[in-house]
Amino acid sequence: MTSPQVSDSSQVPDPGGSLLSVQDLHVQVATPTGAKTILDGLSFELGRRETLCLAGESGSGKSMTALAIMGLLPKPMARISRGSIQLGNLELTRLSESQYRKIRAARISMIFQEPMTSLNPISTVQKQLCETLLEHGQCSRQEAPDRALALLKDVRLTEPEQRLQQYPHELSGGMRQRVMIAMALACDPEILIADEPTTALDVTVQAEILELMRSLQKEHNTGLLMITHDMGVVAEMADRVLVMKEGQEVETAAVRQLFSKPVHPYSQALLKAVPRLGSSEPKEPLPTTLESVVQIKDLKVHFYIRGGVFNRPVARIHAVENVSLSIRAGSTLALVGESGCGKSTIGKAMMGLVPWSGKIQLNGDSIAGLSRPQMQRVLRNIQMIFQDPGASLDPRMKVGDQVGEPMVVHGIARGTELKDRVAYLFQRVGLSRDAIERYPHEFSGGQRQRICIARALSLSPKVIIADECVSALDVSIQAQVLELLKELQQEDDLAYLFISHDMAVIEQMADEVAVMRLGQIVEHGYRDAVLRDPRHSYTQRLLSAVPIPDPEVERAQPRRETSAEPESPIFKLHEQPTPLHLQEIAPGHLVAS
Amino acid sequence: MLNIFGQLFNRPSAVFGIAVILLMLFAAAFAPWLMPHDPFEQSFDGLTLMGEPLPPGGEFPLGTDLLGRDLASRLILGTRTSLIIGVLANGIAVVMGAFVGVLAGYFGGWLGMVLMRFTDLMMAFPALLLAIVLAAIFKPSLLIVALVIAMVNWVQMARVVYTEARSLAEREFIQVQKAIGSSPFRILFRHLLPHLLSSIIVFGTLGISTTVLLEATLSFLGVGVQPPTPSWGNIIFENQTYFNTAPWLVFFPGVAILLLALAFNLVGDALRDILDPTLKGRH
Repeated sequence: MTSPQVSDSSQVPDPGGSLLSVQDLHVQVATPTGAKTILDGLSFELGRRETLCLAGESGSGKSMTALAIMGLLPKPMARISRGSIQLGNLELTRLSESQYRKIRAARISMIFQEPMTSLNPISTVQKQLCETLLEHGQCSRQEAPDRALALLKDVRLTEPEQRLQQYPHELSGGMRQRVMIAMALACDPEILIADEPTTALDVTVQAEILELMRSLQKEHNTGLLMITHDMGVVAEMADRVLVMKEGQEVETAAVRQLFSKPVHPYSQALLKAVPRLGSSEPKEPLPTTLESVVQIKDLKVHFYIRGGVFNRPVARIHAVENVSLSIRAGSTLALVGESGCGKSTIGKAMMGLVPWSGKIQLNGDSIAGLSRPQMQRVLRNIQMIFQDPGASLDPRMKVGDQVGEPMVVHGIARGTELKDRVAYLFQRVGLSRDAIERYPHEFSGGQRQRICIARALSLSPKVIIADECVSALDVSIQAQVLELLKELQQEDDLAYLFISHDMAVIEQMADEVAVMRLGQIVEHGYRDAVLRDPRHSYTQRLLSAVPIPDPEVERAQPRRETSAEPESPIFKLHEQPTPLHLQEIAPGHLVAS
Repeated sequence: MLNIFGQLFNRPSAVFGIAVILLMLFAAAFAPWLMPHDPFEQSFDGLTLMGEPLPPGGEFPLGTDLLGRDLASRLILGTRTSLIIGVLANGIAVVMGAFVGVLAGYFGGWLGMVLMRFTDLMMAFPALLLAIVLAAIFKPSLLIVALVIAMVNWVQMARVVYTEARSLAEREFIQVQKAIGSSPFRILFRHLLPHLLSSIIVFGTLGISTTVLLEATLSFLGVGVQPPTPSWGNIIFENQTYFNTAPWLVFFPGVAILLLALAFNLVGDALRDILDPTLKGRH
């Protein structure tokens, strides 16, 4: 399947017309207040070897469109009320469930966002691949394992023979998504629907998966319907883009046209809100006279993996290893790195949420070995905003009470004074007074994050740790929240430890950047030094993997990880990670040798 | 608080439950005045000439038992025993189980281990055997029976609450509370318990019928409520062998237990929904 002839034939202009044609599609869901239309007259066509991206913010109906095409709408709540979906000459809306089963995987298949939950955790990769092949009569039982192996080779999985015998939890996120793609392509479908296929993955892995999908599409002549909220991914993958809002088509255009001349005001606003790496003004390095509010020296956080009969430690995770950092008053230090690199653990250590060793000074006070009551005093100066505002608010408590809670806990205010302060905090984060008496589920994601920010501000801290605080939000909301954080920083002279994986967001916020890998800092310096002149190979790889929201820019191929197995911060008890030594290559710019 | 009652009275099922509970409380409180006959009197009028118990109707509205005692009167007096056992014994079990479970689940570590291993130990004993031993050690009285039943019934509750508290403790909003600097006491009572309420209520109301029946078993074995004091459970147990000839003797006390459990269940369900703000306006 990977023969050169096939990929050559991809140069031939498209012979066939449209593979999939959706006309005037309406989908309704039943709600207690009556039927609600969530897809409202959507029409589009998908051609052979074409990539159409459905782009839009959460709640725009992108995923519902995919489910409607796959015949997987949650019954009996949702139903197609009008319109047609045609696959070739076949009308899909009139198919019975058993007829649909013959189509799925064989003619249309789908990849989901979270590869861990879409794979069966209790059977091996081989078993799951063979099942798909046999179910659709692709080959005989004897041939199946060989076909499965060929599929894994097709999706460029390293050591495919070994992978066949492994279970999903033994694979990394990127490998799992490759297996998912292999399963989706097992029966050589005409159409592949990918619903946010790389959202759960790290940028370097995302770049590899996108590259893989592109080349497989060429080899197999597949029509690709890609659903994403990430305009960078759109720019990289799409031939045409359909921008959606509230179940309706806002604008359909060729990708270059959309990015250069968006017609509809909504697409203009959407594209304008996208953070672009390298778009911000150069920043002067911070004056060195500013005093540090946070000083971390040789911070180590180790977790033990226990096992065996006596539950004794068998291995150690070096989540954070010899990290030294300082944050100056009123400035932002951004910690960047891929999942599992220990960046969030540093924030948790500062809050006393995980056991650690080393030195942490806050406002001049050392917090090593403080008991809980002693820690209480420290916490007035340092607060944290978490990634998921929905999960970090107690669903059973009024938001006003939650914002006021830190003040009650620390005995700062009570009674009418408390009420006044809460009202003031709500006003500061741009929420109306009547929001105070409501519960978290009555707010949107962005509003909830504002509530969390108000709560973090309630103690007037000097330092706020923002742990991926905008990554769960839509881009337009994300821009507003970042703006709010900047305003508050200027007003209160706040120091931020801004933890994120998103380079473009970091560029907007940071004064200084520290890049982490496997628990250690590999590069640290002023924002422009690190982002514009990265010296460590890992920083360079990270930066080159970021999808650029501009189809005109051809991205340099990201370099593949040289070792097949990604390194891990897990060590045997008697082993230690090799410490990295940071060298100062320019004033304030430290790079691991 | 007023608001909660207001909302309770908006739900027909909850109103029914409250009505049944109030009626039973009334019956228990005013039993001496409500009973049509002396519940202990073994009257000749209560038996046929063949010496068989009378079916419901006539002078004895719910019939009589094998000794010619009025079933209605015995049921009314039995309300006292059953309510005390069902509410008190089950209440103690619920509070104790929830307390142990939430402490073990939230704090974990050695405290959690000790508490849960103890719970496992209690679970490993056959409940009935344990109850018999305990009841034999202490002099039988209603209070002792209630305590004994609570002792063997709290373990399931502790297990359920423990599992749920453990997963809740990992949730982000609890982490946030630690980051704010809230005391463990505050986290437990203001944030963990409200989320555990629905399981506690469901499991607690289910426990009512179990405890009433366990009391009956104990009474039957002679270590529970001592005859001739009636309780719904021991009326069933005394008469179960005559189910074919005198079904009313099992039927009416059975219905009474069912009503008691159902009433608490309905009120519990309604309370659970009212206390969950995310369900507002959905019932």
